[in-house]
Amino acid sequence: MDASPPILVEVDHIRKEFGGIVALDDVSLRVQERQILALIGPNGAGKTTLLNIIAGTITPTRGQVRFKGKRLAGRPPYERVRLGIARTFQQAHVFAQMTVLENVMMGCHIRGESRPIDAAFRLRRARLEEEDILLDAVRTLNLVGLGNRADQLAGDLPFGQQRLVAIARALASDPTLILLDEPAAGLNRLEKNDLVDLIRRIQEMGITIILVEHDMQLVMQLADWVVVLDHGRRLAQGTPADIRRNRAVIAAYLGVEEA
Amino acid sequence: MPSFQPQDYVQLFVSGLSTGAIYVLIALGLITIYNVTGVINLAQGEFVMLGAMLAVALVRLHLPLALSALGAVLAVALLGGLVHRLTILPARQAPDVALIIITIGTAIAIRGAALFIWGTMPRSLPEFSPGAPIAVWGAVLSRQRVWIMGTAAAVLLLLYLFFEHTLLGKAVRACSINRQAAELIGVDARVMGTLAYALGAALSAIGGIVIAPLTLVSYDMGLMLGLKGFVVAIMGSLTRAPAAVIGGLLLGVLEAFISGLWASGFKDGIAFLVLFVLLLVRTVPWQDLWRRPA
Amino acid sequence: MSLAPRFWKEKTRRNAYGLLFLGAFVALLPAWLHTPYALSTMVLIGIDTLITVGLCLLMGYAGQISLGQAAFFGLGAYGSAILTTRFGWSPWLGLIGAAVCTAGVAYLIGIPVFRLSGHYLAMGTLAFGSIVHIALTEWKAYTGGPTGLPGIPRFSLAGVPLKSDLAYYYFVWAIALGGILIALNLVNSRFGRALRAIRDSQPAAESVGVDAGRYKLQALVISALYASVAGSLYAHYLIFVNPQISSLDASIRVLLMAAVGGLASIWGAPFGAAMVTLLTLGLREIVPRISGYGSGEHQIIAYGILLVVIMLFMPQGVTVAAAHAWDRLGGWPALRKRLPRVRRFR
Repeated sequence: MDASPPILVEVDHIRKEFGGIVALDDVSLRVQERQILALIGPNGAGKTTLLNIIAGTITPTRGQVRFKGKRLAGRPPYERVRLGIARTFQQAHVFAQMTVLENVMMGCHIRGESRPIDAAFRLRRARLEEEDILLDAVRTLNLVGLGNRADQLAGDLPFGQQRLVAIARALASDPTLILLDEPAAGLNRLEKNDLVDLIRRIQEMGITIILVEHDMQLVMQLADWVVVLDHGRRLAQGTPADIRRNRAVIAAYLGVEEA
Repeated sequence: MPSFQPQDYVQLFVSGLSTGAIYVLIALGLITIYNVTGVINLAQGEFVMLGAMLAVALVRLHLPLALSALGAVLAVALLGGLVHRLTILPARQAPDVALIIITIGTAIAIRGAALFIWGTMPRSLPEFSPGAPIAVWGAVLSRQRVWIMGTAAAVLLLLYLFFEHTLLGKAVRACSINRQAAELIGVDARVMGTLAYALGAALSAIGGIVIAPLTLVSYDMGLMLGLKGFVVAIMGSLTRAPAAVIGGLLLGVLEAFISGLWASGFKDGIAFLVLFVLLLVRTVPWQDLWRRPA
Repeated sequence: MSLAPRFWKEKTRRNAYGLLFLGAFVALLPAWLHTPYALSTMVLIGIDTLITVGLCLLMGYAGQISLGQAAFFGLGAYGSAILTTRFGWSPWLGLIGAAVCTAGVAYLIGIPVFRLSGHYLAMGTLAFGSIVHIALTEWKAYTGGPTGLPGIPRFSLAGVPLKSDLAYYYFVWAIALGGILIALNLVNSRFGRALRAIRDSQPAAESVGVDAGRYKLQALVISALYASVAGSLYAHYLIFVNPQISSLDASIRVLLMAAVGGLASIWGAPFGAAMVTLLTLGLREIVPRISGYGSGEHQIIAYGILLVVIMLFMPQGVTVAAAHAWDRLGGWPALRKRLPRVRRFR
């Protein structure tokens, strides 16, 4: 048996209260490098909240998150991108009035260092940067298969493809960790198969993935490790096969069709 | 510098209250409109001006004062409803920026129309009950100011009765609390919006008419009043009437004191400073201030 | 392989052509319109173009609302006026000094104000604008009060004072065209892209590494710089300033010019400025004859109606609406069909 790969993300005793409501209660987990970890649970379990805490859009009431050993506390989302954390949103949130290519170029934003003054006078630094960003973005677009849509306005695309744009945008920042928030919601069977392929390819690129998902079939296909949340607490964790047999998990999902 | 007697302070306080009462009326109109339609009506001040102007115009046509006042309020209420139908409803889907610009545009269009129709000459409205000033708590108050405070109090009472004890008022409230739920039980949100606008405009008009005898009525009197009404509405977080009432009275008193004890030129600046401070206070995350960082 | 890289060079080329065309137009216009009245109108349009471009950057691209832009204009104008009349600075130094001060004020104001959004942001900028207006009116010792400051010296270029309207016309428009060029560069850059991303979705922008607060602040400072330079040019042209230039009505006028030209259109700015100025002048001629009330700022009724109509029916501005109409009617191919055939030269 190989030595287990290093731990990339450490979530320690996270608690999040919103006024009187406890969204997360003492949740801990570990994510290994190059792993696909799926975060599942009934609606309202706190999955997206946990994702938001790792991404930095929400601050926990107690507990902490460590990434590559560094504490993430106090770092706003835009700082975490530079550390190597990228994310997508449930609602895609593409930049609707910008083209698909520009959306992905935004993903490359942190690759550049130029300031407004460089841009204002088209100094060399800005121009060279733009070339690099453009090439990177085109490459990433082709990777997810949207090359032919580059000049379309992102807001005009069907929702499934907007999702894809968002994923490409996240990939473009050359992350170590990607947080995917329900990437399969609203996709049909064919699109979901493509998504599974894409996520596998992302993993092959060496990127670690945390996935919040409701589609059990997808989760069972992709995940290396599954963490189940219910009512803000960690109910169970294990391999997909373990989770499938876990009685507590089945009970929590009572009424929901099993994969 | 004249020496100040306690009398003078009371005088300033009471006259400040009456000015504040006007701000309260305007703010209540804003709050009503915001609660039901979600729009901040930046043209509210112009309804104040229109109320006063129309009352003056009707008086000039030799109508009795009471009838002129009533006619003016009804006309402005009608116009308010029209503004909602013509400029707000069509812009339902528009982004916030567009709505703000639309209300601003409406405001200056109304102001321009007033200029066009009535010119720049200031006019005046006769006092409601001419006579000697009344003594209140050692201060001397003109009768009109008593009218102002009395009217404001009466309006507050009527509003309360309307919203709490009439079916229509409850429907409007329902719409402001939860539009979707209200629509499910048969309340037409668009009609409620028009009604709210009409009501808000009427409140402003009443404010304008009741202060008209004390000030010069002209096409540009609405701007400052509208802005101050907005400041007071913000004191009530745009949604809470009681806070607005207190805030409005406070602002009036503050203005009276600054104007009386210092310099009148800065009087208008007070409202803006207050606005600025209020807006900033909103942005400080009070609840995070004492939390231990995770 | 997509056509994207070629598309980019295409856009840069179009901008360059546009600038050349506009530059030629501006350079040749005085041959046709050379009365002092016409020239001074065009000077003012040039100054208005500058401040409008600044507002477009802030509103159309960064997506922020400013109802107090005229405050920066006033600060620039008064800054130049005070530095040159009271402290004897040269106009160029005065322009730079005023711009630096205005930028500083913008920075300080922006930090708290950009924590607000939507209506509150609009009101915050309005309050700021009004406070500046009142300060300029009341602080008589420095600003000369409501009657303003006279006696401002003129600009000199290489020692030669710019006295004639024509000379100033070229001077102002050279700066205006430069301002447009810089704005176009900003927009078609990583910075401009980040602004648009913030406008489209601030949370998504932050999720790709954009520090939205910092960028919004930069956009505000840049727009304030544009307004300040415009103000300085104005002060040295009229050689007189009064507080009205920083009033709420002035801010609304800038807003209107931006809206007419298209909030997110740099090219629309000179067009919007020209349209509003011409409309104002036209109204000033016509309205007193109908209304019988003579003087007065009657054009505001048109401003109001225009604002509402544009926001309801042409929110992207008249230029874009016209472009769409042009496309719908068939564009260049349709026009070519109607014209007699001409041999094409390669």
